[in-house]
Amino acid sequence: MSLIYPKESLSAFPKHLSPGYKSTVKRSPSKPLILMPHTLSELTGPVYGHDAIQDGDNDLTRQHAGEPLGERIIVHGHVLDEDRRPVPDSLVELWQANACGRYVHIVDQHPAPLDPNFTGAGRTVTDKNGYYKFITIKPGAYPWGNHHNAWRPNHIHFSVFGPSFLSRLVTQMYFPGDPLFPFDPIFNSVTDEKARNRMIATFDMENTVPDWALCYRFDIVVRGREKTPEDID
Amino acid sequence: MSELTPSQTVGPYYAYGLTPEGRKKWKPDEKLYRWKETTGDNLVTADATGERIRIEGIIYDGDGKPIDDAMLEIWQADAQGRYADPRNGKPIPNSSFKGHGRSATDASGLFAFDTIKPGQVPGPGGRMQAPHIVFAIFSRGMLRQVYTRLYFPDEVANAADPVLALVPADRRPTLIATRSERGGQKVYRFDIRVQGDDETVFFEI
Repeated sequence: MSLIYPKESLSAFPKHLSPGYKSTVKRSPSKPLILMPHTLSELTGPVYGHDAIQDGDNDLTRQHAGEPLGERIIVHGHVLDEDRRPVPDSLVELWQANACGRYVHIVDQHPAPLDPNFTGAGRTVTDKNGYYKFITIKPGAYPWGNHHNAWRPNHIHFSVFGPSFLSRLVTQMYFPGDPLFPFDPIFNSVTDEKARNRMIATFDMENTVPDWALCYRFDIVVRGREKTPEDID
Repeated sequence: MSELTPSQTVGPYYAYGLTPEGRKKWKPDEKLYRWKETTGDNLVTADATGERIRIEGIIYDGDGKPIDDAMLEIWQADAQGRYADPRNGKPIPNSSFKGHGRSATDASGLFAFDTIKPGQVPGPGGRMQAPHIVFAIFSRGMLRQVYTRLYFPDEVANAADPVLALVPADRRPTLIATRSERGGQKVYRFDIRVQGDDETVFFEI
């Protein structure tokens, strides 16, 4: 067990309570969290290998009778640890709104159409280089009830496992240049600008497929780095 | 400075992606929309040895209202105290028991898992930990997951557990499930209060 998980790294994360995002007010702990050492229970984690997925699970445009409406895109990148080493065999799941900004969920009552050819869920497992790839359509922006005229920037939800249960990460991938960034309390719950920008994919012209799809690159860095002699137990 | 990708909330709509066959109803059309489950709330596999148990509880917000859109994940050892992680370095006796599960809460805030009571695992300084299950909780309104632990009542090992020892005595009961029997099966009740006077203990890990 050579990986360690420095707690200082978590400074990049939003605080539990971020009042601009109203739902955090009653859903964040009010008492101090109890500091504890990492034991075997935290340093291990579930492993979902390639048997957990099937061919095509990473292509959200081919799950129905026809093709979904919207702008077809490739989203790809690497899952990396804090030393920027690849995290192989890591389950990556995503879910997103359709091109109109509507989720396939009965709770979503945004008056925009559902797309009978788009559910909006996908999964894959990283290869030995930590690489993953999805084919999907660009999700639309949508309104939400947080405050007057609140709109979420276009985003894709990601769920990643990484090397241990400590490295478990749920995040959102945003698209470059979104005009809604300054107004979104969820995006801005990450107060450090550099950290915030790590949630924004980069437009990847090189891997765009001519006459077919644009491409975005999104590298995901999860907790965990090699223990060095300077690290004291 | 850390280079981590920051955490963001799981939001209210995760169910069709992460718990498509779970207790949270999401389908606007039964026939058109479907997705396969990666992992669900029943961890019991055909080859799993040990005592079968059910864990259930309601998760409440700071106003005491049930949270109907939370997702809870658990991670636990098998009955022999071994994690199904190849990096654990031990042979796995229950070869298909993963020890990982997911439960979405339903409209009443209820989550539940069917699983096996875990054995003891080593802790800091070679001291054994009492049997426990690690919980990671995700929800709309949670920008990052919170971690807690379920411990079992009437467990002699609790008194010497190195993690429980870090928790002020008056807050320890929030981590200890209560036991009942239903139809011959052991049911452990583990309600979670995210905020307030009787707030569940969460760990900074």
